[in-house]
Amino acid sequence: MRARVAYSGAVHEAVPHALPDGRTGVRLTDGRVLAEEAVVWLPPFQVGTIIALGLNYADHAKELAFGAQEEPLAFLKGPGSLIGHRGQTRRPADATFMHYECELAVVIGSTAKKVPAVRAFEHVAGYCIANDYTIRDYLENYYRPNLRVKNRDGGTVLGPWFVPASAVPDPGNLNLSTSVNGRRTQSGNTRDLIFTIPYLIEYLSSFMSLSAGDVILTGTPEGVVNVAAGDEVVCEIDGLGRLINHIVADEVFGR
Amino acid sequence: MLGCAAFDFAPFGLSGTVYGTLLNQRSALVALGDAVNQKPYLKPPRAPILYVKPRNTLAGEGHAVPVPADSPELEVGATLGVVIGRPVCRVSETQALDTVAGYLIVNDVSVPHASYYRPSIRQKARDGFCPLGAATARESVGDPGALGIRVFVDGKLAASASTADLLRSVPRLLADVSEFMTLSPGDVLAVGVAAPAPRVRAGAQVRIEIDKLGALNNRFVAEQL
Repeated sequence: MRARVAYSGAVHEAVPHALPDGRTGVRLTDGRVLAEEAVVWLPPFQVGTIIALGLNYADHAKELAFGAQEEPLAFLKGPGSLIGHRGQTRRPADATFMHYECELAVVIGSTAKKVPAVRAFEHVAGYCIANDYTIRDYLENYYRPNLRVKNRDGGTVLGPWFVPASAVPDPGNLNLSTSVNGRRTQSGNTRDLIFTIPYLIEYLSSFMSLSAGDVILTGTPEGVVNVAAGDEVVCEIDGLGRLINHIVADEVFGR
Repeated sequence: MLGCAAFDFAPFGLSGTVYGTLLNQRSALVALGDAVNQKPYLKPPRAPILYVKPRNTLAGEGHAVPVPADSPELEVGATLGVVIGRPVCRVSETQALDTVAGYLIVNDVSVPHASYYRPSIRQKARDGFCPLGAATARESVGDPGALGIRVFVDGKLAASASTADLLRSVPRLLADVSEFMTLSPGDVLAVGVAAPAPRVRAGAQVRIEIDKLGALNNRFVAEQL
């Protein structure tokens, strides 16, 4: 696994490294060993097209009162919404329901065009954790979910690590969970995906070519709750680490 | 990545990020009529409705637009693209144009879809579905608020529109969009397609002209399987 971090005036690749006090820190390529809090974490790879799935866990779809789907509910996000591990996400003062979404992010490794499901994993470079924030107050019934809901600055958290596919033998059986201020609020397992990773790659690549760096956010299970300024939100997935994010108020952004 | 033509002024390149705006030409909203008050829409749009044209859709002058076998008729989405020159975050309407590097012609191609509620991205995100013309610097364009837009199919005028008919003008749109998302240098914001959009099939030669921006020419061809 590896990360991209900024430290002391430059951007570096970093790997996990045990610290003398027993915690896990990072080691930069140039040898410097640092605590997790000492570096600025960036999204862990050069991100291309961001494709996200809505309602891809049966329990979450039921939670939001949606029926069975014929086709994946995919939508696209822009790069301006991306932030890394330990970043801040703004909660506007007028929002009444803003929630996290812990998701398995699948990172494409090579050009995929009209790829059958049985060959889909050949095009997967690896995985990371995504936290895809939503502010439901801004939902309008045109091109749902509209970008004011889903493409806000700081609303797509990726990291901490890029984990190569070789280190994730069964991406179809990973526990994922979210905790808010230490309290578990969401849990699920990727075995409950309605549309599986190979299916999604077959589906998407049937009409759009995927390229290295494109990322598929595969959807979130039930258990989304409202978050408030000051909250620490931690998304975890088996083998991929813990993705920390902090909710902050308008004042932090001079609003 | 980008098949489009040279872009020889600041910020010196397109970022590859292209956003489109839905229902921002008066004719497009009028075409929906009272449907905006009915299910599933329930009320007219309030905030700008945006969508992403991902990098696989980007193409340039002269590139062929693939017509999928399962969708033999496509819509030509002629629109003005605003090329961002400086980060745009919470810009005021009066200062918005200062953040613009230039303008270009966008052909925001779609598979026709009657519902705007939750269309599949198959309708807008197919390979080659977003030809972009060469960019023209802002100073050479001046006011973007009254630019004529014309679509020619096989040499015959098929549609015309004007940026004077935008519900949100270019500066108003930049102000409202940048309230919730920051645009970066090289990003393109397409301001909205007029209705009815001309429909074409494989074999059509499409030319889009916008005043002061020249023309964008693309042939629609059957997708190679």
